[in-house]
Parts: sequence; C-alpha cells; structure tokens
Amino acid sequence: MNQHLQSILNLIQKDNLISAEQKTTIIKALKDADKELEITAFKLDRTEKVKRTTAILLEETIEELEQKRMAIEETNSALQKSLEELKSTQAQLIQSEKMASLGELTAGIAHEIQNPLNFVNNFSEVSNELIDEMKEEFRNGETEEGFAIADDIKQNLEKIIHHGKRADAIVKGMLEHSRTSSGEKVETDINALCDEYLRLSFHGLRAKDKSFNAAFETHFDANLPRINVASQDIGRVLLNLINNAFYAVNEKLKEGKSDYNPGVEVITRKTEKGIEISVKDNGNGIPEHIKDKIFQPFFTTKPTGKGTGLGLSLSYDIVKAHGGEIKIESIEGHGANFIINLPVEKFHITRVL
Amino acid sequence: MNVLVVDDEEDVKLLFEQRFRKEIKSGEMEFEFAFSGEAALNYLAQHQHEAVLILSDINMPGMSGLELLKKIKEKESAPPPTVVMITAYGDDENYKIAMGLGADDFLTKPLDFTLLKEKLKAI
Repeated sequence: MNQHLQSILNLIQKDNLISAEQKTTIIKALKDADKELEITAFKLDRTEKVKRTTAILLEETIEELEQKRMAIEETNSALQKSLEELKSTQAQLIQSEKMASLGELTAGIAHEIQNPLNFVNNFSEVSNELIDEMKEEFRNGETEEGFAIADDIKQNLEKIIHHGKRADAIVKGMLEHSRTSSGEKVETDINALCDEYLRLSFHGLRAKDKSFNAAFETHFDANLPRINVASQDIGRVLLNLINNAFYAVNEKLKEGKSDYNPGVEVITRKTEKGIEISVKDNGNGIPEHIKDKIFQPFFTTKPTGKGTGLGLSLSYDIVKAHGGEIKIESIEGHGANFIINLPVEKFHITRVL
Repeated sequence: MNVLVVDDEEDVKLLFEQRFRKEIKSGEMEFEFAFSGEAALNYLAQHQHEAVLILSDINMPGMSGLELLKKIKEKESAPPPTVVMITAYGDDENYKIAMGLGADDFLTKPLDFTLLKEKLKAI
C-alpha cells in the first residue's frame, strides 16, 4: 500500500474516538484510493513506455528523412548540371542552325551580289564611253546632244549608287545573319526585310538544285508601319518560313502533276494592333495530325540531314519574344499559310519644345 | 535586226539602250524587253511574223530561261528563232541543259558588250 495511505491507516486504527463502523468505512475508502492510485501509476508507466518508443521511432524517421534530403540534394545538383549542359548544347544548336541556314544562303547571296555588281561595272563602263561621246558632241557644237548625254550619265551614276547600295545591303544582311543576335530592337521596314529574304531564299535554293523553280509574288502593304524588332531574328523567322514554303512546293512539283504551278506568296498588311505577315504556298499542306507538333523542337518531316527540326521551333520563340504569334492555316493537299502577327510597340513620345 | 532581251532585272533595258545607242539611233538594231519568261512568250505570240533574235537570262523567277528556251524550240515555226542564252559564270550544268534544248549560242555574265556586238553583227 501507498506509504502515506498506510500512515493514515495506522493513525485511524490507533484512534479510539472513531467508532468501529466509521473505521471500517474509512479503511475501505483508503483501500479503494490505494487501488486507484496503483492503476494510475500503472497507466502512467505505460504512457511513459509508449512515449519512449515514439521518441525512438521519431528519431529513426528524422534520420531517414535526412538521408532522403541528402539524396534529393545530390539529384538536384546532377539535374542542375544536366540543365547547364543542355543549355549550352541548345546554344550550340541554335548557332549551328544559324550557320546551316547561312550555308544554304551562300549561293543565293553570291547571285544576289553578282547582279548588282554587274550593273555597277556595266553602267560605269558605258558612262566612261558616254563622256567621250559627250566631249565629241560639245566639240562639234552639238550642245543639245551633249546635254542629253550628260543627263544619261547622271542617270547611270544614280543606277551605280542604287546597285552599289543593293550589294552593300546584301553583305550587311549576311553579316548580321551570322552574328549572334543582340536582340536589340530597331525600327525596321518589314516589307524590305521580306523582299530581301524571299530573294535570298529563292536564289539559294535555285543554286543548290537547278531543277528547282517556282513563281513568287509579293503583296506588300505600302502603308505598313515600321516596327521595332530585332531585325536579324525576324529575318531568320522569314527565312525559315520562306525556305519551308519553297521546299513544300518543290516536293509537290516532284510528284509530276502536269497542271501544277508551284507558287509562294508573301503578303504584309497593317492590322489594328500591329502588322501581319503571311507566307503562303500551294504545296501539299500540313496534315492535321502533325499541326500541333510542328513548332516542337527537333520535329521535322524532312528526310534526315535535310532539316534540323529547329527552324519553326526557333521561329515560334522569336515571334513570342516580340509579343507576337504565329498561326497556321492549312488545307491538306492545297497548301499552307503561316501568319505572323507582330504588335507595334508604343513609341516614347518625344517632348516637343 | 530585232532583238528580244529577256531578264528579270529591269535595269538591263537602260543598259542595252545605252550600249547600243548608235545602233538603235541608226535603225540598225531594234530592242524589245521582256522581264519574265511568260512576258517573252506573250511578245513572241504577238510578233510571229518578225524575225527575232532572243537573248535570255536563265535565272528568273517563275518561268526560267531554260523553260522558255524549251517552249520556243518546241514550237513549229520555221525557221525557229535564234536563242542566245546568258549563263552565270561557271554554271556548267545549265550550259549543258541549254545545249541539249537547242540553244544557238551562249554568253556568260557579266555581259561583255563588245563580244555581244560582234556576235550580233555576225548573225
């Protein structure tokens, strides 16, 4: 029995003032209290044991979690490393895609430079001869005829400047195309950009494949506003779309249907919020089941070695980076139309004094 | 002599008119210009009776010079017109194809007008 209860019991038993009946009642109460105390002590002990077990389990769990955390950390750093590798591979791929498309352009560029250079040479030569003729006319007192020749010479010099600038623009465009994009946006004449890349693409393909031929048409909106874009990036988008269009019509041409006339059209127009560029072909179109895949990186329908599968994916990213979008309209068997929408950026209002 | 020049570069017109200034003035030569293969065929269809010498570039969008040559030579006009093809420097492949299609002569770009004049006078 509990020590304190025992003392109370002893005291009560010695006491003569309490009646025997009362004693019996008190003693019973004491014994009951002792029993309850014992039960409580037992329960307490049991709880204590459970607590210890739980503490041990908790410790084990914490240890396990720590191990798992470390494992995750290791995985994370491995993933981080892979991500960095992927990023650098992606950068390399973008660069090689760019160089590949430049390679495709080389022949077109050569042709595009050769033509204006021929004009520069020819107009210079003819002007040289005309000066002799002009002198002769003046010597003979044929002043009117002399002035007429002078006007021709002046016109020729203007042609020389025009064609010289044309060649200059092509070389600049080529250098810009190969350079890493600064992404800097400059005010750009989108019609001129479309025209340049349409010609480069056409002559490039023509030089690579002599049997290649297609008609191309431009429908440019004369009131197209100049917009701020990273022009070499947008140029690459145009080049990709135009190359694809020519590729598509050439593929259809190879099927040998006699009444088929391959054609590519580039259309620009002013829209409410900006400008729209359409690159349209009358090739075989895009099958419905691949429509949602064509902007995915590495997706290509071209045979191995003919396409990187990055052209449209990069184009998509570039247009998106300009706050624009690319849409496709295509009827299988009848051609495709890639529509780019670019917003006109709000210009800062220059303060007028 | 009536010469039809076919080239997609429109400035060739000005160049020819100046290079053959004297010949045009004297009426010795007459030049017509077509800026595409299609336009050349149209011109030829409308001027069948005239003896024409055709001077055509090969590399043109739409109908190429080779297709134009093929179409001209296929037509049963007797005698078929003389066709001189202008090929880019070093373009052997097109040269061979044009030969096979019955081209009468060749000139390479950039055009040597002295040589062209000699050839035209010899015809």
